[in-house]
Amino acid sequence: MKAAALLRRSETVIFLVLLLAMVGIGLVNPAFWQLGNIFSLLRANIITGIMALGVLTVMISGGIDVSFPAFAMAAMYITLLWMLNVGYTGVALPFLMATLIGLALGALNAFFVHSIRMIPLIVTLGTGAMVRGFLLGFIGTSTINIDKMPRQLIDFAKQDLTSFTTEDGSHIGLTAMLLIYLGFALVVHVLLRHTMIGRAVFAMGGDKEAARRVGFNIPLTTFFVYCLAGALAGFTGLLHVSMIWLANPHDLAGMELDVIAAVVLGGASIFGGRGSVLGTMLGVFMLVMVNNSLIIMHVSTTWQRVVVGVIVIAATAITSWRDRKRAA
Amino acid sequence: MRHGFDLRRFVNREANLVQLLGLTAAIFVLMALLNEKFLRAYNFESITYIAPELGLLSVAMMLAMLTGGIDLSVIGIANLSGILAGLFFHSMGAPRGAALTGMPFGMVAAGVLIAVGTGLLAGIINGALIARVKITPILATIGTGQVYVGLALVLTGGPAIVGFPDWWDAIGNGKLFGVALPLVLFVVILAVVALVLTRTPLGVNLFLIGSNAKAATFAGIRMGRAIFLSYVATGLLASVAGILLSGRTNAAKSDYGTSYLLQAVLIAVLGGTNPAGGRATVLGVAIALVALMFLSSGFQLMRFSNFLVDFIWGAFLLVVIAINALRNRAR
Repeated sequence: MKAAALLRRSETVIFLVLLLAMVGIGLVNPAFWQLGNIFSLLRANIITGIMALGVLTVMISGGIDVSFPAFAMAAMYITLLWMLNVGYTGVALPFLMATLIGLALGALNAFFVHSIRMIPLIVTLGTGAMVRGFLLGFIGTSTINIDKMPRQLIDFAKQDLTSFTTEDGSHIGLTAMLLIYLGFALVVHVLLRHTMIGRAVFAMGGDKEAARRVGFNIPLTTFFVYCLAGALAGFTGLLHVSMIWLANPHDLAGMELDVIAAVVLGGASIFGGRGSVLGTMLGVFMLVMVNNSLIIMHVSTTWQRVVVGVIVIAATAITSWRDRKRAA
Repeated sequence: MRHGFDLRRFVNREANLVQLLGLTAAIFVLMALLNEKFLRAYNFESITYIAPELGLLSVAMMLAMLTGGIDLSVIGIANLSGILAGLFFHSMGAPRGAALTGMPFGMVAAGVLIAVGTGLLAGIINGALIARVKITPILATIGTGQVYVGLALVLTGGPAIVGFPDWWDAIGNGKLFGVALPLVLFVVILAVVALVLTRTPLGVNLFLIGSNAKAATFAGIRMGRAIFLSYVATGLLASVAGILLSGRTNAAKSDYGTSYLLQAVLIAVLGGTNPAGGRATVLGVAIALVALMFLSSGFQLMRFSNFLVDFIWGAFLLVVIAINALRNRAR
């Protein structure tokens, strides 16, 4: 690829901005570059990142999803209650179960978006509120804490790729859950770029009517994107609580904003038809890094939301300017 | 109506409104049958104080939806307005005591100006981002919403600002000619919005933009200006809601009323607003507000948990969407 073409790709731009930000944060506080900080930063990418892959797919198809944190918590909590009730001791089946619950809930979104032809934002606002209300109103509100959490889930999520003890005796490890994130990223990338259904997602986001006329299956594609987002959310919900050893059904409320911000930051267009897995991963990294580095940069964490908001506005302003320039 | 009231013509023309009135009456009867406390005067009186703040947010949502947009920052604007006014009172008077509660009328009026000014500025920012920078309303207001809520957090550090002057509380709890002051304010604002929407070029343009943006452009309508003004109005309405909320509860906090967002969307959609743009009536939103308030006060009397109520709102929104879709298809 020529240098000019490479520069024009939004991934390159995000990557350069990311590098610049890292150098900047490192200058303010060199502790940023400590291995322990880098490892914990990578760890913080996992949950937001996997969910962002689902939102990216929905957004490429021209939709939006704000219901997935609620789905994640519902899938996680129902699965955990079942595990505690029967005393189940495996790992694979619970993750499969959480994924399937998320997938089923995603199908609910797809049904309303496709069959009722309602704006995705309104639909997912409704399903999200409904599912979280159902979870907290009918299933339970109490937190499952570390002594009740299934041991095998904690052990599973505790695995490290590499770990060592520093001179002052603290333990530093790079979590193996990163592999799950990378695996999902690869799968979604291949699905989007190298399969028929991926082509359909892009085509639908570009022009729904044109996609229909050239023979793409619009209902199937709609179900695919929302079910994928739901399934990824369900899986991530269980992974999240396994990693923090604490299952609170109130958790992750408001997380949809961060994830959408990350996906938009990664160059995806909310009008659909544009976006990439690599860009999204860079966007997630950027957002997580800024959020986590406020403390390192001696900024009060109450500023976190303001910073995220400004990033969203800046990123969307730039993408809208880019989209208009391309259209012209 | 000039030729007297023709019921049949009204029913034909306003089928949506008639169905909505029927739904409201049905909810009323159901709730009255389910709890004997529902029909007590106190219940309706408390509705007249609580409904206006949610009503203003719903009208704001309706205005944004009219052009096919949405405003997800309204709650942030409302809370930030209340908080800024509260901080002004605390710094000019005192955080508590007679110096705060007995603050003179003029000072409180200045506080109202600060709150409304906040809404105006927030609306201008939203409008500029959407109409000038051409960011999609969803993303623009997600972003600005984070900034407004974030600023509220930074200013308060998290906890609520408690304690407002008596005059300020009077806006949220007072009476005018025996009617709740918030209700009076709400009805006046509703009338102004209805007049602007139906009797001014701006209102007509907003409807045109919502139903067919391309045709509106070719018709020479200055789309950017009309959309900009609609978001300015949305910000103003949200800040008045913030005044009513902080006046009624005597407190302001960065995360008050977060469940209002879903309810405002629900009321706007139930009231016959098309979220894709082009269709909205102030009267419909007002009736939908009454229906929802009957429902929620009934649930409260039956001691439903807030979570259960959220579940019902979400489900209700989906059912309303489905019914609207089926009805449109039948036509």
